[in-house]
Amino acid sequence: MRIFFLALVALLFLVSPLSAQNGPVQTLLQDNRAKIIKSSRKSIQPTIDAIASSGLPQAQLVLQKWQAREIWQRKADGLFFYGEKAAPKAYRLFDFDSAEPVGEFPKKQLKLVKPNSGVRALIGTSLVQFQLNDPDAALRRAALLSIERDPAVELLAPLRASIGAESNVDILTLKQRLNTLLTIRFDTDPETRIAAIKEVAGDLGVDVRATLNPLLTTDLAFAEGALPESKNIAAQRVVGEDITAAAAYEMLVAANRAPTVTTANEIRKVLAAHIVGGQVGGAAVATLDDLGARIKAYDNLAASGTVPPRIAEVEREATLASFVFYDLYKEPAKAVTDAARKTLEGIQTRVGFNQALDLGLDALSLASIYFLAAIGLAITFGVMGVINMAHGEFIMMGAYTGYVVQQIIPDYTISLIVALPAAFVVTFAAGVAMERLVIRWLYHRPLETLLATFGISIAVQQIAKNIFGTQARPLTSPGWLDGAWVLNDVVSISYIRIAIFVLALAFLTLFLFIMKRTRFGLETRAVTQNPRMASSMGINPDRVNMLTFGLGSGIAGVAGVAIGLYAKVTSELGADYIVQSFMTVVVGGVGNIWGALLGATMIGSLQKGIEWLNPSNTLAAQTYMIIFIIIFIQFRPRGVIALKGRAAGD
Amino acid sequence: MTFTKTALAATVAFGAIATTAQAVEPIKIGVLHSLSGTMAISETTLKDTMLMLIEDQNAKGGLLGRPIEAVVVDPASNWPLFAEKARELLSVEEVDVIFGSWTSVSRKSALPVLEELNGLMFYPVQYEGEESSKNVFYTGAAPNQQAIPATDYFLEELGIEKFALLGTDYVYPRTTNNILASYLKGKGIAESDVFVNYTPFGHSDWSKIVADVVALGADGKKVGVISTINGDANIGFYKELAAAGVSADDIPVVAFSVGEEELSGLDTANLVGHLAAWNYFQSAESDLNEAFIAKWKAFAGEERVTNDPMEAHVIGFNMYVQAVEKAGTTDVDAVRTAMYGLEVPNLTGGTAVMLPNHHLAKPVLIGEIQADGQFDIISQTTEVPGDAWTDFLPESAVLRSDWKELGCGMYNTETKTCVQIQSNY
Amino acid sequence: MPRSFIFRNPSILVFIGCLAVFTVVVTVLSEGFGIGFLSTSFIKTLGKTLALCLVAISMDLVWGYCGILSLGHFAFFGLGGYMIGMWLMYERTRDIVVTSMASAEIPPTQQEVKDAIGNQIFGVVGSSDFPAIWTLAGSLPAQLALVVLVPGLLALVFGWLAFRSRVTGVYLSILTQAMTLALSLYLFQNDSGLRGNNGLSGLQNLPGANNVPQAIISVWFLWGSALALGLGYVLFTWVVSGKFGSVIRGIRDDEARVRFLGYPVEAYKLFIFVLSAVVAGIAGALYYPQAGIINPAEMAPIASIYLAVWVAIGGRGRFYGAVIGAAFVSLVSTWFTSGQVPSIHLGFYTVDWVDWWQVVLGLSFVLVTLYAPRGIGGLFDLISGRIAPNRHGADLGPGAGSLQEKEAIE
Repeated sequence: MRIFFLALVALLFLVSPLSAQNGPVQTLLQDNRAKIIKSSRKSIQPTIDAIASSGLPQAQLVLQKWQAREIWQRKADGLFFYGEKAAPKAYRLFDFDSAEPVGEFPKKQLKLVKPNSGVRALIGTSLVQFQLNDPDAALRRAALLSIERDPAVELLAPLRASIGAESNVDILTLKQRLNTLLTIRFDTDPETRIAAIKEVAGDLGVDVRATLNPLLTTDLAFAEGALPESKNIAAQRVVGEDITAAAAYEMLVAANRAPTVTTANEIRKVLAAHIVGGQVGGAAVATLDDLGARIKAYDNLAASGTVPPRIAEVEREATLASFVFYDLYKEPAKAVTDAARKTLEGIQTRVGFNQALDLGLDALSLASIYFLAAIGLAITFGVMGVINMAHGEFIMMGAYTGYVVQQIIPDYTISLIVALPAAFVVTFAAGVAMERLVIRWLYHRPLETLLATFGISIAVQQIAKNIFGTQARPLTSPGWLDGAWVLNDVVSISYIRIAIFVLALAFLTLFLFIMKRTRFGLETRAVTQNPRMASSMGINPDRVNMLTFGLGSGIAGVAGVAIGLYAKVTSELGADYIVQSFMTVVVGGVGNIWGALLGATMIGSLQKGIEWLNPSNTLAAQTYMIIFIIIFIQFRPRGVIALKGRAAGD
Repeated sequence: MTFTKTALAATVAFGAIATTAQAVEPIKIGVLHSLSGTMAISETTLKDTMLMLIEDQNAKGGLLGRPIEAVVVDPASNWPLFAEKARELLSVEEVDVIFGSWTSVSRKSALPVLEELNGLMFYPVQYEGEESSKNVFYTGAAPNQQAIPATDYFLEELGIEKFALLGTDYVYPRTTNNILASYLKGKGIAESDVFVNYTPFGHSDWSKIVADVVALGADGKKVGVISTINGDANIGFYKELAAAGVSADDIPVVAFSVGEEELSGLDTANLVGHLAAWNYFQSAESDLNEAFIAKWKAFAGEERVTNDPMEAHVIGFNMYVQAVEKAGTTDVDAVRTAMYGLEVPNLTGGTAVMLPNHHLAKPVLIGEIQADGQFDIISQTTEVPGDAWTDFLPESAVLRSDWKELGCGMYNTETKTCVQIQSNY
Repeated sequence: MPRSFIFRNPSILVFIGCLAVFTVVVTVLSEGFGIGFLSTSFIKTLGKTLALCLVAISMDLVWGYCGILSLGHFAFFGLGGYMIGMWLMYERTRDIVVTSMASAEIPPTQQEVKDAIGNQIFGVVGSSDFPAIWTLAGSLPAQLALVVLVPGLLALVFGWLAFRSRVTGVYLSILTQAMTLALSLYLFQNDSGLRGNNGLSGLQNLPGANNVPQAIISVWFLWGSALALGLGYVLFTWVVSGKFGSVIRGIRDDEARVRFLGYPVEAYKLFIFVLSAVVAGIAGALYYPQAGIINPAEMAPIASIYLAVWVAIGGRGRFYGAVIGAAFVSLVSTWFTSGQVPSIHLGFYTVDWVDWWQVVLGLSFVLVTLYAPRGIGGLFDLISGRIAPNRHGADLGPGAGSLQEKEAIE
């Protein structure tokens, strides 16, 4: 295929009207045409070098356009141009040599040169020499980014040379930092390197660790007898403790220092190969369905000299005892590795501390999401004693409200401002309707409420599917919520999570305010404690129940918008949170907002804690968390904060 | 069910009386795709594709002079129901062939029924391999037609030295990651440089995992993510990736389960430059593809996109039509034998060949996500023959599947015996 | 005693009679043993429905009679299925392996056979070693015992913990839901040793019965399920009759009073919970070989909630109600989701039942809870005119749940 392709290109070369009018850049590009069109990181370097070192004034332009994927090839004659979009499906092309426009061409007649990101990185590296002193600050930054991504020894000198002339303070700091890192990596003088290593002590940047860690990489090696003194050894490996006997022995075998152990599988193969008339090694084949019999037969064969003698496990131990195994630093200079290790250890301690902090932030964020999802439930379940299995569907309805608002109002900020109250209104109305139509008939039958609301839940979920489809819908956060608050390279948290945290706090305050400071809150508390007494005091329990339920549902709707922003909007969104929400309320203790808060914090940190212990399996984290909760409930059946006395009821 | 059978009998009896002169019994094609439940979103598209293809073929005059009739059933994303519906299709409706299934579990559920009743099924989705049934043609990609070339691309073109294999916890990611871990070991990547994580379906809390991936860069090696994350969970993942400021140039992500259909539910601005590996992209430039997209949009709606499993069904259907014409009958065994070696054009240019191991030879494409939700194809290989048993796991490296010569789907080349003819599901 | 027991519970005779007639009719109409009017796939559906009826009456025992709304009964059902599935899968694979190894030059050792089976079963999840839980998989009696023991033990531990700390009402419901969720999440992991999301498959093929067509096997399982359902029905009716039954109902209606009367309430509840879990396990062991595949999704909380829905629609507190509910709702569900029900064209919108069935089911469930708490079984009361007079202090029946009479008339 490739040969065919090359032949085709060669043919095109002959046929196409290439003439002397091509400028030097075009000629250079045409010389490398095949490689440029079908570029690969493995083979493109000579081409890039040829362009970079051509001495042509346009070299930088060519490379920049190539990197930015703006080079087009005209299908008719195979010439390269750089272009810009002139109209839909049409491009205006410019000649490299003259920088003159050549004309506008429809996309059909052109072919875009598409370097992949590996090739683009190589181009970036080669552009460094041009860009480091470029008057355009953005290009200088781009050059530094290239160095950071792919540090190379040949970049050290130009980088150092460019530091003196740098006028921009920010870029100067960047350059100096990169210089330190490149010095650690590539400088030839150990003293300079050690000085540079000491300079970065305590720095939390990933790039610093990425520079120091390679200095400490080791190879596994072995020697007969004692450890060699002359080498820069990191640590000895004791067989059976730091390295398994099998692995150690395999090394010896690979280095031809020991014979292979005869495995059961090999015994079988060897025996099968030596069957003569239904007999092998003095035993009938039919009796060989046992490992012991096979070994015996093999040993018989070995005794007669037909096969090499069997090496058993015991002999392996003896061989291993005469060797030492150790980790050998790739870096020969002991002073450098010592300095690097010392600095790195210092950094690691700080990294560990910061990771804990980051984990804490993650846990806090997860807790605030759970709290937000559960707060509505805490109201309906806790304050009213009503189980609402359709709570998750209110969250989902809120998220879809956000999506619909975003379809109507294209500005993300305004649509968010509209969506939050809109979601509250929609779910408030839905909650009130549900309370009026279903729940109020079932106040004395809690188990039935559970089932009836479940019926509503499956119906609402299916209706959402019928309206919006099963596919996830986008709910995009406004630009100012993009990105993350970055404390350092270890600790960061996305703005959207911070926003959710703030929202959770706001609702906590709001809830406390309503319950403690308003007439409605007073009435709710009264009805919760004793509906009959409350109604004889002139409170209408029906109205209070309705509004409380509406409030709980409305908050769920707002939570839905928040959850949709950070994750996804699907009809199953609510179902994903319902069990966690119940857990939150139950663990925390029913009938108390502080309980819900505590429950959310506990579940959030617990889940993150287990994830940290077992980073490769998030599913396991969820399993263990639920099991923990089941056990926890056994010991505190009424949750962390249990109501005492009469209010606890039963 | 009973009444369908009676109705059917009545129709047949009636038909026998009415058309004694010329009995044009239709060729029946069963469509076994979930139309409700969690998989509906992906599978409904495939059902529509089949209906379009059948309509098209009927317009051309049917097959063997007989019209084609689609029998659509809904297994409702319920795995045991796939077995039940497959049995119904084969024994009650008596279909000639089935096009269906998406998840591996659903295929494995239908498999025993297909083998018991000697049915024929075309399975259109990329899967984990390690299977070769006499009664199934796998028109999607085996690991060596998607995962391995994508990993090669990472190793060679992007110079990745450290891998994060992130997946949803089910069989396809598990097996694929197993194969990849073994493959990477063979390529000299140390075990400590492969980070594996599994998350539940629909996972949404990705902050910790993204932080873990970023922290992988601390030992100075270039990190790449190979994602077998399924479905909705991708949304949260990419959002968190974007929030953490990870660009495709720093930590590229190549996904095996993210196609045009999945991207349409996402704001792709944050994803530009990340990769996906498939055998087909809607953006592939070929006349055949343009015609297919136009036809699909006319059939299903202007805003609909095309994707890789759809192409697999197109290839599978065209092959089936050719095989029936070649065999002159719809008898399963005759059609199966006629299938081997058949060639039909791919939508991406070139041809797909049916191999004796029931897999296709297809090109592998790698595309970068663009802001408009389409893929920019940056690498296209020549046709890669699908391998039922991967060469990168010791247990299956010795296995071969060849239904044409050996008549065995699981042939041990070491002991030179056929391990089994029926699948072990 | 038996005479008076049956005399006191005439529903047993009616039920057993109906079940027997049903079984005979189906057998006569089947492909395997009769005229072939019913397709094998439909026989399987009927057989599975009988198994579901069995789990429904065990649900009715804990909920309708003892007042424990367990939202985790499918965990026991699934465990029973897994236990029998392990044997089916192991034995079938062993047959294949032994056949294939018989042609090898050297007869295989026990270990080699075992390794090959492990490789075949776990190859799909990328491992080849047998986890410890498969130790007994090669023995049918052991696995059959486990069908009963594993769900029973789980119920015993869980119930002991829960009842001991007096977790009741909705708390208990949510806790049982958490239990089944935890179990299904655990089994979803590939490391769990039960093949993760792939589950155990190909269970319809009985080892040693390779030459028996499914048409016959399906009828065998139908008989087995019918027998189990009949026995379960009698057993449960016997359990809830007599003094023991009265205590159980007493616990449902007012747990505290029964405790004050000196009964060990926890022990009674634990016994009922474990018994129903065991029966649920048996039902699962009958169901999954007919379904052909079991995977953790079967144990998701939603399945257990549907179980509660069946029992509620059928009518709680009467076993025939649970049977009717399970059979009716699951068969109607199958029918509606099969796409065979014609759509309703309203002109501006087409009601496609595949899309709207769930909505109808959900809403009808709400309506039943609100307006017909006795469910379909309540119709029998109307027919036989056996509606209990509203006597003072009387058991208000399952409809009013654990209500005291004074609340009910409010």
